[in-house]
Amino acid sequence: MCGIIGVIDRRRQCMDGSRIKAALSMMNERGSGEGAGYVAYGIYPEYKDFYALHVFFDNIRENKAALDILLEKWGTIVHDEQIKTYEQPNIRKVHTPWRYFFRPDRSLMPKSTTPDEDIVTHLVMTVNAAKNGTLIFSSGKNLGVFKAAGWPEDVADFYRIEDYKGYLWLAHNRYPTNTPGWWGGAHPFNLLNWSVVHNGEITSYGTNRRYIESYGYRCTMYTDTEVVAYLFDLLIRKHGLSERMAVRALAPPFWEEIDRMPAKEQELNRAIRLTYGPALMNGPFAICVANENTLVGFTDRIKLRPLVSGEYGDRLYISSEEAAIRTMESGVENITMPKAGEPVIGRVIA
Amino acid sequence: MSIGSVPLKFRVSIDPERCMTCGRCVENCSYGVFRQENDKIRINSRNCVACHRCLAFCPRDAIDIAEKPTDYRSHPVWTRDVREAIFNQAKTGKIILAGMGNAQPYPIIFDKLVLDACQVTNPSIDPLREPMELRTYLGKKPASLSLKEYPNGDVDLKTKLSPNLQIETPIMIGHMSYGAISLNAQTALAKAVSHVGTFMGTGEGGLHESLYPYQKHMIVQVASGRFGVDINYLERGAAIEIKIGQGAKPGIGGHLPGEKVCADVSRTRMIPDGSDAISPAPHHDIYSIEDLKQLVRALKEATEWKKPVFVKIAAVHNVAAIAAGIARSSADAVVVDGFRGGTGAAPRVFRDHVGIPIEAAIASVDAKLRQQGIRNEVSLIASGGIRESADIAKAIALGADAVYIGTSALVAMGCRVCGTCYRGQCAWGIATQKPELTQRLDPEIASVQVANLIHAWTDELAELMGAAGINSIESLRGNRDRLRGYMLDESLMQVLDVKTVGA
Repeated sequence: MCGIIGVIDRRRQCMDGSRIKAALSMMNERGSGEGAGYVAYGIYPEYKDFYALHVFFDNIRENKAALDILLEKWGTIVHDEQIKTYEQPNIRKVHTPWRYFFRPDRSLMPKSTTPDEDIVTHLVMTVNAAKNGTLIFSSGKNLGVFKAAGWPEDVADFYRIEDYKGYLWLAHNRYPTNTPGWWGGAHPFNLLNWSVVHNGEITSYGTNRRYIESYGYRCTMYTDTEVVAYLFDLLIRKHGLSERMAVRALAPPFWEEIDRMPAKEQELNRAIRLTYGPALMNGPFAICVANENTLVGFTDRIKLRPLVSGEYGDRLYISSEEAAIRTMESGVENITMPKAGEPVIGRVIA
Repeated sequence: MSIGSVPLKFRVSIDPERCMTCGRCVENCSYGVFRQENDKIRINSRNCVACHRCLAFCPRDAIDIAEKPTDYRSHPVWTRDVREAIFNQAKTGKIILAGMGNAQPYPIIFDKLVLDACQVTNPSIDPLREPMELRTYLGKKPASLSLKEYPNGDVDLKTKLSPNLQIETPIMIGHMSYGAISLNAQTALAKAVSHVGTFMGTGEGGLHESLYPYQKHMIVQVASGRFGVDINYLERGAAIEIKIGQGAKPGIGGHLPGEKVCADVSRTRMIPDGSDAISPAPHHDIYSIEDLKQLVRALKEATEWKKPVFVKIAAVHNVAAIAAGIARSSADAVVVDGFRGGTGAAPRVFRDHVGIPIEAAIASVDAKLRQQGIRNEVSLIASGGIRESADIAKAIALGADAVYIGTSALVAMGCRVCGTCYRGQCAWGIATQKPELTQRLDPEIASVQVANLIHAWTDELAELMGAAGINSIESLRGNRDRLRGYMLDESLMQVLDVKTVGA
């Protein structure tokens, strides 16, 4: 069990983190105080053209120099600084969070059609797989993940989340069951502009992980959720599918349903299942995935985890609990419960 | 006579209290164990192979068969089998023939792997109430799809898919030729696979006319002897399989003795009546991987690229690299046959000592194909020693798309695994061409039994998947996280890519 919530403002009007903190704390019934986190898009307008790398260092003296050298090898560090934190009685500060604004040197990835992304992905995978006291847990542009082991309100206060203003937020209240509650294991998980929060347990993780790793991704977080971020990156950025078709691949209709479809649709859905069978995610889950333009919510094929959506003006809310949405926005309308496997998609229009 | 008689393999006895001298044992034994003299049944135990035909048909349960009634002087090195093989070869000076699969007591890896189930944190799924998908497609798959999406929601599929075989259960029946087994046995298997929606292999024996009605469920084999192969044969099959090797006898060919080549077999195989059918060890047009590629493409060209072409190899030490080469040859599926795979006849030394177990072979082939980023583009079929549904679940979790069963299907028809297939005297009418024996096997009844077995295993697979919280078989495939090794050594667990129990 876990609690998730996401919100997008279609006209990119920014919200500070205070309301999502209240909404996430409202779902403490769904958590265990072992992990919470937030991601906000639009928080670094002055550095929006650079990759914002959020890093946990175990020890700044020992670990930072090596990362600096690696980053300078692959590009330029435009600016870096410690992420401001504020001591909380219930959070043991086991890592030092740091942020870099980084510009990759494209000439180092000559054959790629997306050289910047490939360099950043390579850096994230290499650094995280090495497991030597440095973890890059956020690597997109104009966005940042803030997470730690603790209750949502404590983590929010630790980073003073209300000081950040974003047009798209995801947040997660964790009750870990398959991996220990550590900072890296808290959600959201992020790669490039993809961020994921997830409630559930992916029973197909072993299959999904081996599939995604055969494309050069490396799963290093000891938890099932990170594959979702990598699968979205593969299917959408590399294979060029839309969000809707990517969700179709990850939570496809049953064969029984496909067999009843008109011929053209049947052919399409069969092709998706044949091609992306190893990406199919099984087991109970409700997931919110975001990139800089989009918020997508979807559940497993038989909806073993709750997911509710609602709207207010230009804002789309997706959460485990209606009450959490109402905590953020009491006037919320169009509360709906999406069907199993059916995505709810919000896109920016401005 | 310096060696003399060796101790009996089996001692057959009849309880005179129970025997009513009906003579059914005399009629049923095709090995000449029993004869009736006046009102007494006489027994020659030396002829017994323990096929249990007599036991099965004795109305009074009067017959008893004891194995190895006489002890050799025990010795851990000079086992009974070793000594008997030497006696045999000292007398004959020949290679010893054997049937069925590997008979050495190697540890069985399947039995040291345990499956997973859900508790609390995720719900298990009840297959009686929720959909449970075992449907599998065998054949080439694209690496990615090219789609054109329109604002109104329409989507055009730009990628053209290769032909695939659709099976409703991941269980198929492997290649056992007409010649190795009887036409009645093949007919029974053909009826069973048609009934359950799966496929069977023809083996290298051609496709008998009477099986044409089942051709949609037949995979036609092209092996080194090319017996029975013409365009008609290729066009009738749902898929074509090139047999390079067999788990029971990697590296060698096959030999169907002339006595088994009756008129019907000779017509189906397209060879002269009564002649030995000898399949050479290699295909003489395949001396390298690029030659295989040419044959794969030639078969596809001949059948207008409408049929998947599989390539079957024996699991040998370097199986992963070989399979990866095959995967790049335009082949749609690689069949890997482990060293426990059955055979009608193989030299004992090959059956028992050459090749590797299917579990390790599948794991390393799957891993190699993933390393090369082409795993999902080709199907992987495991065979050789699949004995129960748990073996199938484990084979799929190790990376197989589907399995072939052989011996299990024969056992479902009555086979008692006596291992004497190569003698052509099968009392159950399975591995023989003698009309008086083959007529013992009723294809109707036998097909129901085989279909029952596949149904039962499919149901068990569905239950195992449901318990593991998986409702689609592609999420079990290669999902080694749902396996644990129990008392497996570290290096083998690395090959299998599984953790130990408790980890």
